[in-house]
Amino acid sequence: MAILFYVAGAVAIFATLMVLTRLNPVHGLLYLIVSLLAVAIVFFTLGAPFMAALEVIIYAGAIMVLFVFVVMLLNLGKRQVEQERAWLKPGMWVGPVILAAILIVEVIFLATRTGGAAMGAVEIGPKQVGISLFGPYLIGVELASFLLLAALVGAYHLGMGKPQKGEKEYGNRTDESRTAAGRDLVRAGADRPVGAP
Amino acid sequence: MRETIIHIVTVLVVLFVVLNIAAGLIWVERRLLALWQDRYGPNRVGPFGLLQVAADTIKLFFKEDWVPPFADKWVFILAPGIVMLTVLMSFTVLTFAPGIAIADLNIGLLFVLAMSSLGVYSVVLGGWASDNKYALLGGLRAAAQMLSYEVFMGLSLMGVVLMAGSFSMSAIVEAQRKMWFVVPQFLGFVLFLIAGVAETRRLPFDIPEAESELVAGFHSEYSGMKFGMFFVGEYVGVVLISALISILFFGGWLGPVLPPIVWFLIKMFFFIGFFILLRAALPRPRFDQLMDWGWKLMLPLALANLLVTGAIVLAVR
Amino acid sequence: MLSVIRTLWHIFLHAFHPRVTVQYPDEKPYLAPRYRGRIILSRDPDGGERCVACYLCAVACPVDCISLQATEDETGRRYPEFFRINFSRCIFCGYCEEACPTYAIQLTPDFEICEYNRQNLVYEKEDLLISGPGKYPDYSFWRVAGVEIGGKGKGESEREDPPADLRSLMP
Repeated sequence: MAILFYVAGAVAIFATLMVLTRLNPVHGLLYLIVSLLAVAIVFFTLGAPFMAALEVIIYAGAIMVLFVFVVMLLNLGKRQVEQERAWLKPGMWVGPVILAAILIVEVIFLATRTGGAAMGAVEIGPKQVGISLFGPYLIGVELASFLLLAALVGAYHLGMGKPQKGEKEYGNRTDESRTAAGRDLVRAGADRPVGAP
Repeated sequence: MRETIIHIVTVLVVLFVVLNIAAGLIWVERRLLALWQDRYGPNRVGPFGLLQVAADTIKLFFKEDWVPPFADKWVFILAPGIVMLTVLMSFTVLTFAPGIAIADLNIGLLFVLAMSSLGVYSVVLGGWASDNKYALLGGLRAAAQMLSYEVFMGLSLMGVVLMAGSFSMSAIVEAQRKMWFVVPQFLGFVLFLIAGVAETRRLPFDIPEAESELVAGFHSEYSGMKFGMFFVGEYVGVVLISALISILFFGGWLGPVLPPIVWFLIKMFFFIGFFILLRAALPRPRFDQLMDWGWKLMLPLALANLLVTGAIVLAVR
Repeated sequence: MLSVIRTLWHIFLHAFHPRVTVQYPDEKPYLAPRYRGRIILSRDPDGGERCVACYLCAVACPVDCISLQATEDETGRRYPEFFRINFSRCIFCGYCEEACPTYAIQLTPDFEICEYNRQNLVYEKEDLLISGPGKYPDYSFWRVAGVEIGGKGKGESEREDPPADLRSLMP
């Protein structure tokens, strides 16, 4: 189990580094998925199989698909890669890396000072997760659901756009020509002048 | 040591049987479709055309394995691997009969859901890496379709989980000794069936590859054995969903007289046949209709089913 | 929803319907005698070639797949020196048969003329000629045509009067 943990952890760190340095966003997302899967294995080895499964289902399986979906919709090409390359100049990343290194040192310091819990000592099943979620952490769950409801309503409002003016006109016109042709869809619109849109 | 060997043998046997059933489905599907369309289907190669499977396999292996120069090479090669990997991984947690299982995880059902949610990537990435507008459209449709149907696929199974009190496959089957879950969970069964069809991208929900609109959808650019992986992956998916339905709703291996594994296979093949009947009978819906059904009809129904089941389970205990 | 189940049931019942497939190589379909298939050249009831090399078939052919060369034997009877049909071009429209004044070129109810080599689809006269009269068993062009050929003088054809004596005043 310990070997699995360290291997998965190393994979997660490596994959995350690759996410940052890839020029092609889809390749970056692929590494991010690998990183999430590695984190799921870390959860599993730490004795939280339920969390591991949820990590894969929700993060790797649903949210990342949406990311890939959005990136696929963006028309990225060679120009984008060039731009990314320009952004990856040392001058751009030296500052953040130094700051992140300081944070890592702090984390390592804290971790060595306090000492960790035994690995995989107790397995936390779905039942314990449920009991703790709807017991001591009920407020947190309710607050999160408020947040999600607000997001849902917002998304619904944004998605409820009225049909565009041109779209509406086109719809009306085709409807009219269909009625004129007496539901004869084969010849519908055949009477319109040549060259009309 | 002995246990390890038995374990490895089980893995190999399950892999062998599943892949063979999937390959055999090529023949079964064509014959059954023909049966329901008043035709004969392949009946020339070997007895009853059974060797058609071998002929098709040989053909796929000898076709040129072509990677288009404009494709994103590594992602293009990776995509068909993902579909096979995720679907075959799901079989590891299935319990086919008492003692015949690779790993009876206590989160078995969640594992299956996780693998099926990862399976989306094969289609999406295959469509994206092909750098072809039809493939991209197919990939986009697949992403939206499978994401939406996954949501209530999981929720429709939660009723079963509530009644069995476990995510483990063997525990769920054992909980059906008195009554198959299809009776109390009929709504869940119907929802899962529909979601299963959508998850395997089978007709009538084969919108990502709708050949009348998108050439071949996400696998337009694939050839040879890479196409074969998508092809067989789809059939393995059908086997998986049929096996899941028979385990979760129809009592898996439970049944009188015959040995358990035979009961399991009978139930599984019944649903495989049903999947093919669906293909023979139903036309493909429009994409917006599919999304409408998923979010506006199936999801509320699944939530209502979960709520009522939960309430009843709480009241009875 | 109910209609979906009804559809499924009706499709399922099709399993017990009779098949519509004709098992072709084992079981040949019926083709009408006037089916437009492989083209042949027929012969007179007495065994001579019917074709008089008038080129009408070659003219009528919309895809120009017929080529021939006319010649005459020593008695003045016209016949094709070569007659060539390129079946890889032929569209089996039957115009050549309609154009033929002597019923020589005919289409037959045979369509199994596949070849692995395209060149083999070019049929020469010896491939096209059959030994019988085809669809018109009693017709013989040379017996009714008022032309002088070997073995038949002027006025000796069927339903033909002997040639009028131009120098006589008798009716």
